[in-house]
Amino acid sequence: MSKISDGILKAVKQVKGGVLVDHHKDTKDMATVRITPPERVILPMQQHIGAPCVPVVRVGDHVDVGQLIADSDKYVSAPIHASISGKVTSVADVKVANGRMVPAVTIENDGEMTLFEGIAPPTVNNKEDLIKAIRNSGLVGLGGAGFPSHVKFNLPEDKEIDTLVINAAECEPFITVDYRECIENTRNIVDGVYLLKKILGFKNIIIAVEDNKPDAIKILKEIADSHEDNVVKVMTLKSKYPQGAEKMMVQSATGRIVPMGKLPADVGCVVANVGSVAFIARHVRTGRPIISRTLTVSGSAIANPMNVRVPIGIEASKVIEFCGGFKKEPVKIIAGGPMMGTALIDTDVPILKSNNALLAFADEVVTNKKERACIHCGRCVDACPMSLIPTDIEAMAMNKDAESLIKAGIMGCMECGSCAFSCPAGKPLVQYMRLGKDVVREAGAKK
Amino acid sequence: MKKLTVSASPHVRSPKTVPGIMLDVIIALVPALIASVVLFGFRSLLVTAVCVVSCIASEYIARKIMKRDNTIGDLSAIVTGMLLAFNLPVSIPLWMCVVGSVFAIVVVKQFFGGIGQNFVNPAIGGRIMMLVSFASAMTDWTAPLEWFKNGGIDAMSTATPLASLTANGDYSSLPSLLDMFLGVRGGCLGETCALALILGGIYLVARRVIKPVIPLCFIGTVAVIMLIAGKGDFEFMLYEVLSGGLLIGAIFMATDYATSPLTTKGKIIFAVGCGVITSVIRLFANLPEGVSYSIIIMNILVPHIESITRPRPFGAEKEKKEKKKEEAAS
Repeated sequence: MSKISDGILKAVKQVKGGVLVDHHKDTKDMATVRITPPERVILPMQQHIGAPCVPVVRVGDHVDVGQLIADSDKYVSAPIHASISGKVTSVADVKVANGRMVPAVTIENDGEMTLFEGIAPPTVNNKEDLIKAIRNSGLVGLGGAGFPSHVKFNLPEDKEIDTLVINAAECEPFITVDYRECIENTRNIVDGVYLLKKILGFKNIIIAVEDNKPDAIKILKEIADSHEDNVVKVMTLKSKYPQGAEKMMVQSATGRIVPMGKLPADVGCVVANVGSVAFIARHVRTGRPIISRTLTVSGSAIANPMNVRVPIGIEASKVIEFCGGFKKEPVKIIAGGPMMGTALIDTDVPILKSNNALLAFADEVVTNKKERACIHCGRCVDACPMSLIPTDIEAMAMNKDAESLIKAGIMGCMECGSCAFSCPAGKPLVQYMRLGKDVVREAGAKK
Repeated sequence: MKKLTVSASPHVRSPKTVPGIMLDVIIALVPALIASVVLFGFRSLLVTAVCVVSCIASEYIARKIMKRDNTIGDLSAIVTGMLLAFNLPVSIPLWMCVVGSVFAIVVVKQFFGGIGQNFVNPAIGGRIMMLVSFASAMTDWTAPLEWFKNGGIDAMSTATPLASLTANGDYSSLPSLLDMFLGVRGGCLGETCALALILGGIYLVARRVIKPVIPLCFIGTVAVIMLIAGKGDFEFMLYEVLSGGLLIGAIFMATDYATSPLTTKGKIIFAVGCGVITSVIRLFANLPEGVSYSIIIMNILVPHIESITRPRPFGAEKEKKEKKKEEAAS
């Protein structure tokens, strides 16, 4: 945390690799609009990394907004709450964004939006209270990965965690959810930051933003200056994908390198999405669990791109309808950003807690290149933020050479897509990476 | 609604494509082609055309016979053809061009799997085969700017400056340094005009097709060694840099993706190696020129350079440490 100019930090160490992707932040100046509640919501039991939930309601039950409908007794999991009030009409398998069939609870809207009477602000005086409150809120990382937040903030006692990095980089193109959060929800971010500092005792709090968001930087700077203790600082990053990746963020903010296969906590850091931090403050104030979230709906096929606040479980088709439908025939629809998002098979899938965007493209952006032979140009090597050699890993994956794959560091690959983005031969390198990981896992299982 | 496209991420791709990159290389070679016509006449166009056409045809036929997909659309055969032609004297019999092109494409490139798989540069492979097979035709140098004087019927022969260049010697028999820079000297048809080659190099760097590291290290190494060998004779060093095939080799041939290392560290080792071998051949060996040989030798060493310059994955422990730990554990 050396170079401070004008009270704004610069990255301690420039992250290697990465690619320059067109930003397309077309919706950045559009205030978040609240959607009309849909006729029904579909709440899949798996909206997070970890164990799936088990429904605690039955068909025919009446539920209110914020009422617990599913939970799990496993540690790494997050409970699910009703996002509208009404009658449970089905508890059955539904199709989700990635094409899998997952058990889900469907609720038919009664049009009342009655708030569940059991909702009350939690008392948070110590770490145990906070972790319990976060768990009960059902919060998962809102940046896209969906890791249960109560696990992340339950800092291990044996490790000294001194730094909280708040991720507002939003390095994926098109998405403006975190940006709007900074502009519209400043108060909650401030509260969340100081709550986490007070309870978890961070010595440094660094809010990281890419330098293409001057308005957000200004607002975050005001947050940082609002307390005199000088613990909270704003750090600007070059607008380069994937600056927002957790390990990259830790390196930029502290210069520390997260060892292969370890977590930021192993080098004394926690990285949290700015929206998650704001949500924690709101939850502690109101007791409301996570039942809605903001989505960026954009792309060349969407009639009226906008940022829209939707109840969790709303079908993607309803969100697109609200945004004026398609102005051109969509060729590809993506849940999430264009670099790491999932392509949808169709639009009747529900929006999950961790979805931050719904993008529909008519053609131009998503045309895939013809796959050709590798010309050994090294663009993937230059692009890889993890210093891997994707072109070599491709060959190892095809040969099912688990030993070489491990040595080549395949398990460090976070599938950011920088290699495939930059490949002039149009190689689906991320798929080869996934294949390689499967080869390693299979070999591990055999042993 | 029509069926949606479902594919793995990322859903956006950079605009760079293999044919696009090859097209950039072709564009970068155009100034040198124009210079060759000005210096050596329209026959240089003919030689280039014959090489390019034979390269495309032999790639097409070879792929067809091997029952592999047709790859002439990636334009790499055109690049090979142009580079091979640029490394030939303008007076070369056309049938030799065909033999060289077929060797470059079929033996050097396709036998090893086609684009990206060849372990030496096809154009250099072809040229060296021709040097060995057709020694006299390959070293029959035509004097520049003579072709329009007598209709090109009686082309005047000349020597390349390299043959008569010695440190601290008399440079009066050689073309002036300005002539050397503009390419008014004997030599292969595309290698003489330094100006045109440097323009092409700048274009390639600006288009991010190549990084400047290989050309700079290669040429820099030759310059430094020649300066030392010439005991500080600056003029000698400049003659060495501007003569032979150093510029075309350093800018267009040593930077070939398939036959140069992936990492910057590897590229530096590779280019310095090329420079050292070129200098040693020029200073001590019984050969007039060493650029092609130096590149081909370093091409062969690329796998070894790669294995010692492999980057350590982010967050991975140092290998030595691991070994020590294992020893301590056992």
